[in-house]
Amino acid sequence: MLPLIVCVPFIGAVLVPLAASRAGLRPALTAGLTAALALALLIPEMPAVYEGAALIDRHEWIPAIGLTVAFRLDGLSLLFAQLILGIGMLVVLYAHYYLSATEGGPRFYSYLLLFMGAMLGLVLSENLLQMLLFWELTSLSSFLLIGFRRREAEARQGARLALFVTGGGGLALLAAVLLIGGLAGSYELTDVLAAGETIKQDGLYPLILTLFLLGAATKSAQFPFHFWLPHAMAAPTPVSAYLHSATMVKAGIFLLGRFFPVLAGTDLWFYLVGGMGLTTLLLGAYLALFQNDLKGLLAYSTISHLGLITLLFGLGTPLGEIAAVFHIINHAVFKASLFMAAGIIDHECGSRDMRKINGLFKYMPYTAVLAMVAAGAMAGVPLLNGFLSKEMFFGETLHLQWLGDASWHWVLPWAATLAGVFAVAYSLRFIHDVFFNGEPKGLTRTPHEPPRWMKVPVEILVVLCVAVGTFPGFTVRPVLEAAAGAVLQRPLPEFSLAVWHGFNLPFAMSLVALSGGVAVYTVRRRLFAAHERLRHRLRFSGKDVAEGLLALVFELGRRLDRLLDNRSLVRYTFALLVSALAIGAAGYWGEPIGGSGPRESLDLGVLLGGLLLGAGAVATAIKHRNRFVAVLMLGLVGLMTSLFFARFSAPDLALTQLLVEIVTVILVLLAMYFLPEATPAVFSATRRARDTLLALLTGTGVAALTYAMLTRSADSISAFHLAESKPGGGGTNVVNVILVDFRSFDTLGEITVLGIAAVGILAMLTGLVLHGPRMDWLGRPWAPDRHPMVLAVVSKPLLPIALLVSAFLFLRGHNEPGGGFIAALVTGVALILQYIAQGSNTAQARFHGDALTLIGAGILLAVLTGLGSWLFGYPFLTTTFTYATLPVVGKFELASAMLFDLGVYLGVAGTVLLILAGLGDLSPRNRTA
Amino acid sequence: MEALVSILVGVMTASAVYLLLRSHTFPIVLGLSLLGYAVNVFLFASGGLTPDNAPLVEHGIARLPDPLPQALVLTAIVIGFGMIAFLIVLALRALRDLGGDGVDGGDAP
Repeated sequence: MLPLIVCVPFIGAVLVPLAASRAGLRPALTAGLTAALALALLIPEMPAVYEGAALIDRHEWIPAIGLTVAFRLDGLSLLFAQLILGIGMLVVLYAHYYLSATEGGPRFYSYLLLFMGAMLGLVLSENLLQMLLFWELTSLSSFLLIGFRRREAEARQGARLALFVTGGGGLALLAAVLLIGGLAGSYELTDVLAAGETIKQDGLYPLILTLFLLGAATKSAQFPFHFWLPHAMAAPTPVSAYLHSATMVKAGIFLLGRFFPVLAGTDLWFYLVGGMGLTTLLLGAYLALFQNDLKGLLAYSTISHLGLITLLFGLGTPLGEIAAVFHIINHAVFKASLFMAAGIIDHECGSRDMRKINGLFKYMPYTAVLAMVAAGAMAGVPLLNGFLSKEMFFGETLHLQWLGDASWHWVLPWAATLAGVFAVAYSLRFIHDVFFNGEPKGLTRTPHEPPRWMKVPVEILVVLCVAVGTFPGFTVRPVLEAAAGAVLQRPLPEFSLAVWHGFNLPFAMSLVALSGGVAVYTVRRRLFAAHERLRHRLRFSGKDVAEGLLALVFELGRRLDRLLDNRSLVRYTFALLVSALAIGAAGYWGEPIGGSGPRESLDLGVLLGGLLLGAGAVATAIKHRNRFVAVLMLGLVGLMTSLFFARFSAPDLALTQLLVEIVTVILVLLAMYFLPEATPAVFSATRRARDTLLALLTGTGVAALTYAMLTRSADSISAFHLAESKPGGGGTNVVNVILVDFRSFDTLGEITVLGIAAVGILAMLTGLVLHGPRMDWLGRPWAPDRHPMVLAVVSKPLLPIALLVSAFLFLRGHNEPGGGFIAALVTGVALILQYIAQGSNTAQARFHGDALTLIGAGILLAVLTGLGSWLFGYPFLTTTFTYATLPVVGKFELASAMLFDLGVYLGVAGTVLLILAGLGDLSPRNRTA
Repeated sequence: MEALVSILVGVMTASAVYLLLRSHTFPIVLGLSLLGYAVNVFLFASGGLTPDNAPLVEHGIARLPDPLPQALVLTAIVIGFGMIAFLIVLALRALRDLGGDGVDGGDAP
């Protein structure tokens, strides 16, 4: 069931654009129903999880690298899945009213569902590598969402900044997970959770923790990586409500919780995580007060609350961890509703600037009440949910005796209270500045209440704030216990969720925070002025650093590009060859060249053939400017190679090489008709010397490599092929059996590649008209007889004979040298002879059919043969064979591999024909003939 | 024998590399063909050099040559042909579209 739940949003992401043929409710409805369906699928699994079980659903994927498709549903993942799907549904409903008709709703919901699926996959993953995939996917889909209004420069910059920071963190996290997996010996979360002690005692632990925190901190906007979040506010407000308060920014926190048993509980964890959380908490709360943008205030407040949760995890105590999980829930609920309220205000006023939007209470009293309640929860006002978790937080800061007699443990309660003061102050600013404090200034329209259903999501969330705040034991306890239990992986300690704990120290801290907040707000004007002066003094922002880094990377890239890319392919080739030589040489530098394997003695025949071959190769290079000679020399090399194969026990190769040589020479000669006769000398003598040197070095290197390989004996896997060829494949020609049976999947790929090359050639030849020279290079006109009678007469009877030979080679291929490749080349050569002797028109008239169809039919036949084995319940391309007896012919073998070989035959023959006939047909002179 | 084969592969590679660095399409086609031979012989030789036999199992499997490199090289020869053909047609197309057979466009080096 779990994989299905994760898949549902992805399927929905595809369906939404399809459902959106017309504007209207349909895209939003599809998206909402998708989320509802996923939630409905989740419900049957819930009871077991509330009883403390962890459901795991595991399938093998790539066992060799420890990659499984494995999902896990425990209390923590269930909590996040509920937040993702529940708030997701509300956001979809809200977005339907928020987005204007022209803004491309379907695209928005599609991205949103993509993100939802990625986030679900992240929290439900059991395998860590799989979790990383989803982690990256959340970064990518949030990039799309932040940059949704792609015409606005701010949106594009914000999206890029977020991707840069969170993507960079993702790389660090990847490294951390690989290290953790290496230490734990498995990438399954269950195993990793059990290996916590091993990991904490390993020397790599500080490195792992640092890398891991880089990943978590960038995602959850912790200091010093917090700066991307305010810029991400360029996203449409539903995105801010969803990603930047409830879900994505909680992903880093989720990781802290997930890996709590693995990494937490050390001093290093306390100082790093706690320090980071405390700094973020204070900095975010302080900066939130001075934002004039409504969403900016909420963004910094989010940073601050994320810092609070991080700090709670950093304390490392069980109760602190319970408070952290509790605050995750509470913050998601009140902050999402506040973002939605801010969106409504923006939507109705056309501005988010708190210096302009004042006194909105009389224009939208209902929305104002909702927003004020949510802001109260943010400030930590009693009877609202934020108050409860904040009290638990205050309480936890007081219980640090376990640190020993540290003289500074008074710092934490004071810092926590100070952050509380600022939280109250900025919440007060949100309420007072926006809804009271005079009249709106310079708005272009008169604000009024939004459409009825736009307020529904806000209402639901605000009701939750109050319900949790007044009846915590009744509403939130089971969820909290399940989630906190999953984080801790141990039985939970006793904890109280009562609204009133009596007049104790945490409550006193709350009172100080409330009254202090009011006091700070009343003197805000002086504070604003002081902050402005400070800001001018300290002109420093993380955004500038990140953008500077990005610009530096781009500039380095441009420089490297200018250095390497001078638009000369010759230079690229040179660079490529030099690199290959350098890397190859570095690879076996210092190794002895000769090995101790057995050697063959040299005989005269091979020596002579070798001398011819070498001379041919050198002559090709030296004489290359005289193209005709060079082609002849190349042909010599090909023929000698063919003889070489024959001498060293490879009759199939010898035949193939010989036939390909013929076809290649015909092809090159055809092309030479159009190309210039000779290659002009354009390179200087120095350049030629340089190239010669590189050629000699490369040649020496390759020769040394070959010698090293030949003089060492290696175990081959071919014993299997030799032994199984007859009993398993039914043929005695092992090479052919390998091609059509053992490794027929490779062969299928190869004829497909050949077919693709043929199609590419056809595409390039289409519409290509070239004019060859009117006379040869000695100035003589071409012979008037274009199709000499003698050739035509001789070639005609040759065709059936050649085809017969081809059929013979094909049929015996399984047992004797031959087979589909060789038979196809023979057929190709025979048909080309007809084209040359009689002209393409006559030949075309005799040869009914189209080469492209032949290629297609060949590949199709090979695939169908492979699929045929499925019918009998065997894997793709399994072959079978039997023996049949016919009168006259006698006993012979019928193998399904032969059908496959026929496919190979058709494909290769079609390719050869298409290429040569196409080339011969280029000149208009030939066509009229 | 091993030394001879190694030297031949080296000579073919050296000639091929020299040709690959020329400025016009035609020598590059020649160079790639030569490189193809060199690589095929190299791959083939990786199965060892067994004279005067054939990978046919009619008469038992003792002292047979390694058939696997042969099968690989067989398809490599045919694919190599496809690639050379593709290159030649590309060269012809470039001749028409760029007005010359220089590698870096036109007739310039």
